[in-house]
Amino acid sequence: MKTQGFAHKFGNNIDTDVIIPARYLNTSDPKELASHCMEDIDKDFVNKVNKNDIIVAENNFGCGSSREHAPIAIKASGVSCVIAKTFARIFYRNAINIGLAILECEEAVDKIQNGDEISIDFDSGIITNLSKNETYKAEPFPDFIKDIIEKNGLLNSLKR
Amino acid sequence: MGMTMTQKILAKHAGLDTVKAGQLIKVKLDMVLGNDITSPVAIREFYSYGFDKVFDENKIALVMDHFAPNKDIKSAEQCKVCRTFAGKFNIKNYFDVGDMGIEHALLPEKGLVASGECIIGADSHTCTYGAVGAFSTGVGSTDMAAGMATGEAWFKVPSAIKVNLTGNFNKYVSGKDVILYLIGMIGVDGALYKSLEFGGDGLKNLTIDDRFSIANMAIEAGAKNGIFEVDDITLDYLNDRVNRSFEIFSPDADAEYERVIDINLSKIKPMVALPFLPENAKPISECEKVKIDQVIIGSCTNGRISDLAIAAEILKGKKVAKNVRTIIIPATQQIYKEAIRLGYIETFIDAGCAVSTPTCGACLGGHMGVLASGERAVSTTNRNFVGRMGHTESEVYLTSPASAAASAVKGELCSPDTL
Repeated sequence: MKTQGFAHKFGNNIDTDVIIPARYLNTSDPKELASHCMEDIDKDFVNKVNKNDIIVAENNFGCGSSREHAPIAIKASGVSCVIAKTFARIFYRNAINIGLAILECEEAVDKIQNGDEISIDFDSGIITNLSKNETYKAEPFPDFIKDIIEKNGLLNSLKR
Repeated sequence: MGMTMTQKILAKHAGLDTVKAGQLIKVKLDMVLGNDITSPVAIREFYSYGFDKVFDENKIALVMDHFAPNKDIKSAEQCKVCRTFAGKFNIKNYFDVGDMGIEHALLPEKGLVASGECIIGADSHTCTYGAVGAFSTGVGSTDMAAGMATGEAWFKVPSAIKVNLTGNFNKYVSGKDVILYLIGMIGVDGALYKSLEFGGDGLKNLTIDDRFSIANMAIEAGAKNGIFEVDDITLDYLNDRVNRSFEIFSPDADAEYERVIDINLSKIKPMVALPFLPENAKPISECEKVKIDQVIIGSCTNGRISDLAIAAEILKGKKVAKNVRTIIIPATQQIYKEAIRLGYIETFIDAGCAVSTPTCGACLGGHMGVLASGERAVSTTNRNFVGRMGHTESEVYLTSPASAAASAVKGELCSPDTL
């Protein structure tokens, strides 16, 4: 499993209220949610983001509410992976459960700059910065999580 | 090496003698909770994967509390999805307008959560039930769907931070001030992936409502769960409400903690968390003057009867400041009735407050108290993120009910002892 796209950088403690404000939680339609993705922290994000792009953020990404609408909005906006130093735990579960790839890698976050072109090999955890000609190593997923992602989400993995 | 209280509850529900931090386990669930925001997503997933029955119709709770009574057509459609699902699968604990309350006040009140139980909820503040000695944590809608279908969830066994409480409160200081103080100390990711386990001599001075407020905001420190050791105060609360046997777990004497934090309750002053993170906590006495436009007293953090009692004590015979919209939201119908019986509601209305039926609405900028640009609220809720209560240029200051009531009277952020 691989992806390649351009980096959009964010800071610490990006909470689910700015990822998808509660005023839009009267719907669960992924497309509609995606049209408001990151609206309260970067109004222009939905215009800038392209398919397979990558969000790169500092610590505690996705803190706050348990709303699965947050990773759904990010995934539906076209983002193929979120790289952060750390994730809030409910967001971490939700992202895996809906099949949004996420990686923890401090070095990548420190070195990647906004707009850098990034490719990721999920099997090895190798993150390549094509703009800077650098590579960074993230922990690849443990087997049980890989199983959930390979089967395209938790509920698929429960199917007999 | 011994186990923490959380680890012992998880081991029991995984059918294992012991577990250790970092271990991946599958546990049996005693309750699966969802609300009108998260359940529609879970229900859609449940159907789309072809599940045709729930694991136990008695162990699922659906509470229509966030955008209910419905604020718009889309919200009404979401509640309708939940109502139809509850009817189809004969969900026993479905709570709609009229008998619903804010979920994390309602479930304990109804005796649906007890010590030693293992609970997931598609709401981040599900960690509240740690107050009665349960393992209880917030998850997303997919976990909720899987939980409703299988009665199971996967977890990574957490390590723990022990919080050792000593001493007693000063006047006007309560559980909310303790948790704001703690989050201020360790930060919004200070307990990331970990348990916060509360114990110590000072526990006897914490009412059950204090414990609910503290456990409720464990998530604001990033914690997986917050849990209190069980004592007579817990048992008095549970024995009045829970009609089934439950088990009491205590941490082993040699349990391993990543960190031990000592908090002397007598050192804590009325606290505030300044915008835009709960970790921006400091004593109100050290803050500069902040003029306010709105006060909210309510929520899953602070909408219980003792919260309304202290607010009524402070507001009795007074008026809220001109141009400070003060909205009081009892968390459940039973709390509302009790507040009427005790005269609190009359006190609030005489003071110039609005009183609302139970709803989460204002806390997350949904309805019943949305802020305009440039406005500031003092609120007893749990989050003060950018745009949390409305416009991205509005601000939320988190405090206890006592401080919120005092601020409403003064028209600016203030500590109750300065009124």
